[in-house]
Amino acid sequence: MPGLEDLYREIILDHYRNPRNRGELESPPAHRSEGFNPLCGDEVVLTFTTDGTTITDLKIGGQGCSISQASASMMSAAVLGKSTAEIREITKTFKAMMSIHEGEMAAESDDNATLPQVELPLGDLEALRGVVKFPVRIKCATLPWNALLSGLDEAN
Amino acid sequence: MTIPWNIKEQFPLLSRTVNDKPIVYLDSAASSQKPEAVLSAMDTYYRQVNANVHRGAYTIAAEATEQMETARSDIAKFINAYSANEIIFTKNATEAFNLVARSWGVRNLGPDDAILITDMEHHANIVPWQILAEDRGFEIRWIPLGNDGTLDLTNLDKLLEGVKLCSVTAMSNVLGTLNPIRKISDAAHAAGALMLMDGSQYVPHLPTDVADLDVDFMCFTGHKMCGPTGIGVLWARAEILDAMPPFLGGGEMILDVKKSGFVANEIPHKFEAGTPPIAEIIGLGAAVRFLDSLGMKNIREHEISLTKYAFMKLKECHGDDIQIHGPSDIEKRGGVLSIAYKDVHPHDLSQVLDQHGICVRAGHHCAKPLMRELGVGATARASLYLYNTESDIDILAEALGEAGELFAF
Repeated sequence: MPGLEDLYREIILDHYRNPRNRGELESPPAHRSEGFNPLCGDEVVLTFTTDGTTITDLKIGGQGCSISQASASMMSAAVLGKSTAEIREITKTFKAMMSIHEGEMAAESDDNATLPQVELPLGDLEALRGVVKFPVRIKCATLPWNALLSGLDEAN
Repeated sequence: MTIPWNIKEQFPLLSRTVNDKPIVYLDSAASSQKPEAVLSAMDTYYRQVNANVHRGAYTIAAEATEQMETARSDIAKFINAYSANEIIFTKNATEAFNLVARSWGVRNLGPDDAILITDMEHHANIVPWQILAEDRGFEIRWIPLGNDGTLDLTNLDKLLEGVKLCSVTAMSNVLGTLNPIRKISDAAHAAGALMLMDGSQYVPHLPTDVADLDVDFMCFTGHKMCGPTGIGVLWARAEILDAMPPFLGGGEMILDVKKSGFVANEIPHKFEAGTPPIAEIIGLGAAVRFLDSLGMKNIREHEISLTKYAFMKLKECHGDDIQIHGPSDIEKRGGVLSIAYKDVHPHDLSQVLDQHGICVRAGHHCAKPLMRELGVGATARASLYLYNTESDIDILAEALGEAGELFAF
């Protein structure tokens, strides 16, 4: 039986209590993207600026449970200064850790899928690995990431 | 008479463990557990009686029909309906609301009309009207929240001007508030409006008398009152139902069908197209007989006593760290306790409680307009029923302390 210590790792509680990059940028000029979890009412509001290729500034607003807010805080630290392409790779790696393999069906018929994948280091984000043992909470962890992806799509 | 101390023994699920702890089930406002009487009634139906109803002259078809219609009569008596024909079986309370909106509403609501609901309604009593209003263009008005989780009825008469239907929950599924249905109903009738009562949280917990409440429609659901899922009820006065057009079309709801058109059946069959959920209806019949055998007054008294104990115990253990939304006067509320505890997010709270086998609901409880009025995104809700005990409350109070320590800033 997974215990609470698998879910609420100290580093997660630290990000929850002391969220990084908290706030909101004026939009426009910043891009703005929101994510909602209709089940629990959690919301995340991302505002970010890009120079065309990399995210130059990112602020996190909204409210929610420790998992969604810690995930958002860790995400902000992980993606700041990274290129859009890098961010998409990090997101893919993070979601894979959450047992979400997007495009898996399509990839099976893709010869490239058999090539070894390069594992990206996730740093602090590794602490969220335990969330997988609590399937109800996976949506909490992925909420800010989905908001970021849709924000990047719109920014393009 | 009081509720037997060992009543939990009649609910098989309440003897299981969760995360190696005896289950503490505190989510009956979402769905109640089922007693042996209901489970065995449904099991026996499938094992010995199963046949389609209102068709065929053979013995078991007649027995199935009789059992189903006995359930309808017992449910009618349970809410003091004038006649069993006024009990319309639906899938759940949500479908009952949609039936009223799509049948009565389509005929009676137009651009110059208004309906009146409240800030504390469940989405089931909001969205069907919003969907219909997109087509029919009528106005939806809201009775605002007042103090202490009650409705502000100061401007009720003004709000009722030009209103054709007033639709109000008898008990809030978030705040536990018992609304003054008779008072609102009297005002609605004086203004020429019909009165619909959402009984989903009320019928399972208090003696319900539709004649005394003087309402015109009532929606409620089976699974919150010891019955199975998949069965709800619309009750309405016969003359209103007679004047309403059918909702769903198909078998059972017709007297005759020609290429040129159909003749609708009498009530209740007019609103029950297709093969009904027979086992679920029989299960709900067994549920109301079970509740009757305990006595709804006794159930209400048990819940008042338990709610008082919960307020006392939670305040004693946690003082100002805990806030319970809704009325502080226990006589004016049911056993629904929406809790704010320190700054612990409801989702995290329910996660920690789950480790202790405690089942509470975290979220917006399908009442987002109310959550916005309260200024919160979510609450953790512990809701009590006839099988809960003071010991359940003690375990909750202790486990909350652990959540407080884990998330302390």
